[in-house]
Amino acid sequence: MLTQIAQITLMNLRNLPGRLGRSSVIVVGIGGVVTVLTALLAMAAGFSATLDRAGSPDRAIVLRGGSSAAELSSTIDLQRSQYVATLDGIRLASGELYTVADIPKRANLLPSNVAVRGVEQAAFEIRPELRIVEGRNFTPGRNELIAGRSASAEFLGIELGATVQLRQSEWQIVGIFEAEGSAYESELWADLASAQSAFRRFSLISSMRVVLASPEAIESVRGEFEVNPAVDLSIVAEEEFFRNQSEFLTALITGFGYGVAMIMAVGAMFAALNTMYAAVSARTAEIATLRALGFGATPVVISVLVESLALALVGGALGAAAAWFSFNGHSVSTLNQVSFSQVAFDFAVSPGILATGIVWALALGLAGGLFPALQAARLPITRALRGD
Amino acid sequence: MSTFGLVWANLFRHRARTLLALFSIIAAFLLFGLLRAVAVAFDGGAAVAGVDRLIVSPKFSIIDGLPVSHQAQIESVPGVAAATHATWFGGTYQTPANFFVKYPVAPREFFDLHDEYIIDPAQLETFERIRTAAVAPEELAAEYGWQIGDRIPIEGDIWLRKDGSRLWEFELVGTYRVRDDENAFAAFLFHYDYFDEARIAQTEGIVSNFVVRVADPERAAEVSAQIDARFENSTNPTRTATEDEASRQFAAQIGDIGLIMNSILSAVFFTILLLTANTMAQALRERIPELAVLKTLGFSDHRVAALVLFESTLLCVLGGVIGIALAWLALGAIGPSLQALLGRIELTAATMLGALGIAVLLGIVVGLGPALSARRLQVVEALRR
Repeated sequence: MLTQIAQITLMNLRNLPGRLGRSSVIVVGIGGVVTVLTALLAMAAGFSATLDRAGSPDRAIVLRGGSSAAELSSTIDLQRSQYVATLDGIRLASGELYTVADIPKRANLLPSNVAVRGVEQAAFEIRPELRIVEGRNFTPGRNELIAGRSASAEFLGIELGATVQLRQSEWQIVGIFEAEGSAYESELWADLASAQSAFRRFSLISSMRVVLASPEAIESVRGEFEVNPAVDLSIVAEEEFFRNQSEFLTALITGFGYGVAMIMAVGAMFAALNTMYAAVSARTAEIATLRALGFGATPVVISVLVESLALALVGGALGAAAAWFSFNGHSVSTLNQVSFSQVAFDFAVSPGILATGIVWALALGLAGGLFPALQAARLPITRALRGD
Repeated sequence: MSTFGLVWANLFRHRARTLLALFSIIAAFLLFGLLRAVAVAFDGGAAVAGVDRLIVSPKFSIIDGLPVSHQAQIESVPGVAAATHATWFGGTYQTPANFFVKYPVAPREFFDLHDEYIIDPAQLETFERIRTAAVAPEELAAEYGWQIGDRIPIEGDIWLRKDGSRLWEFELVGTYRVRDDENAFAAFLFHYDYFDEARIAQTEGIVSNFVVRVADPERAAEVSAQIDARFENSTNPTRTATEDEASRQFAAQIGDIGLIMNSILSAVFFTILLLTANTMAQALRERIPELAVLKTLGFSDHRVAALVLFESTLLCVLGGVIGIALAWLALGAIGPSLQALLGRIELTAATMLGALGIAVLLGIVVGLGPALSARRLQVVEALRR
């Protein structure tokens, strides 16, 4: 039995190049499905990874009560920020002004929202991953900016030494920083006091970044805020904060990817079925001869299935490769609806995503091959040999 | 048997084959319909209603806000017929997932300026009279089951109240609808005066933008420049654009993602078409001997060729129409949940006509080769095969 399977399958696969024109329909169709699925999943994964990387388990964000999601709509005054800094469980705190400015994107020259963050020196201690890779840090009290690597790549005129206008004042870019590929790299940073005066937010901040004594300390701080409703503050772990930001768009792109791939898969499956039925009908005489020689039905079924799976695998591999070569590491930028600013990210084609693509390809190959295979097995031998 | 009957019967000569081809055409056009709808949304929506309307926004960033006192100055610019304002409220109704746009507005002015918003005059009057009143688009009221007279609580995030609370409560006094052919962005509307009085002192008198109607749409660019010039040297300079430009600019922020989705997916659509065409052409070629029978029965060469062409076109158009119909149904089901991100998503007439055109073209391209072979066919030779 096993030798029969091996013999027929091998013979069939060896004959495959003769049917190349028709078989390519399966390869191209399934390849297309896998390309789209892989590319869109990689886009979603890249976006959420960029935001996830910005979070650290021992850090948290203090915002005004009711604005648990967005720094932009949060305002904290001096009195409250001083109170937060003295709380038990908070090891280090930095008040930050978060706002957005319109700067043209290099891609379309249209003004888009870039995040501008005014920070105190403690902000750098709180985020040790942030490194200045070109130029130097800004001097407190001056209108100087440092720009994230991605902000510099995406926005026109955000270059070392360049001058840029934010609201009604001129700022010089004195440094470029990296932050392990996180969303912070899409921001412009300035001295808090200078930013407050340029954006007319005297002595007001948006949020506080804090380092917790331990990840559990967040509960004691939260309890403190709850027993003291007049302070009207809330605290959220940094990881959760960024997860909330990526959730919606990641789910949207992933859903879109699966939805489109599903519809395409239906199209590709019908094309595969059509091709496999044709392949079986072209092999009618051959199959009947084999059966007459004493080969069983199972080896015939398996040989047809293996043919369609092999074609599907080739298609899947080509599709995954196409997505990898055209998109992996490709940088794009979009509006993060929650922070209301542009976030640049890279497509991330991971082994897991590639595996998903291949699994889809094989499933489609199976779906396209099964019924034609069963039909092949049911061919009435005598009639088939007569050529009916 | 009529010609159509003959073609129809021929089409289902190999029922399984034909159905498979039909299904893949349907899938291709379903995809086409969905993608075009999303692409149109990424482009900033189908043509926006007011060609004679301008939006006056803060020059440096739309988050900044403008003093409401700008309105009187805008109205005095020559060429301005009317003006009103709107303010981005943010806020949450019950849970953050319940997203809809909320604007505090000057009721009468706002409805006068947006003549595509249709409201019962009595309800508009009540809206004007009661300070805590609100009106909602009909679909929104239906979605949340609001009745006239209901109190609707919104938790504010951007705007705090003087009394320290974040809870804003409004009484629903009416509903309005947007005229069908307009692709306007309908919002939950409430009284600006009430809003301004209740918010904390530091934020009083700030609005997000002004909507301006120009007397002569031809002079829109000129009026825009004049408005901006008036505020150029103030602490709150402006940037004026037509409604269309303003929404396009905002949509461009989503940027690359839309472009990439579109390019991947159009490539895919044409791949599917190619595959389908290949399969169909194959199936038609296999049936050429049958056509010899028709010729034997006295059908002319041209007639046989026309039959083949008609058959393939019919199949493609059938698939196209069903595919677009499915896309229409699917958009009706998923559109509302995407509205928050992309605005209204719908099939435009251009998309439907485009699909029909592609379907006819596909049918002709696919059928042409087999049709020519059919015409050249020698009866004797074909029957011998």
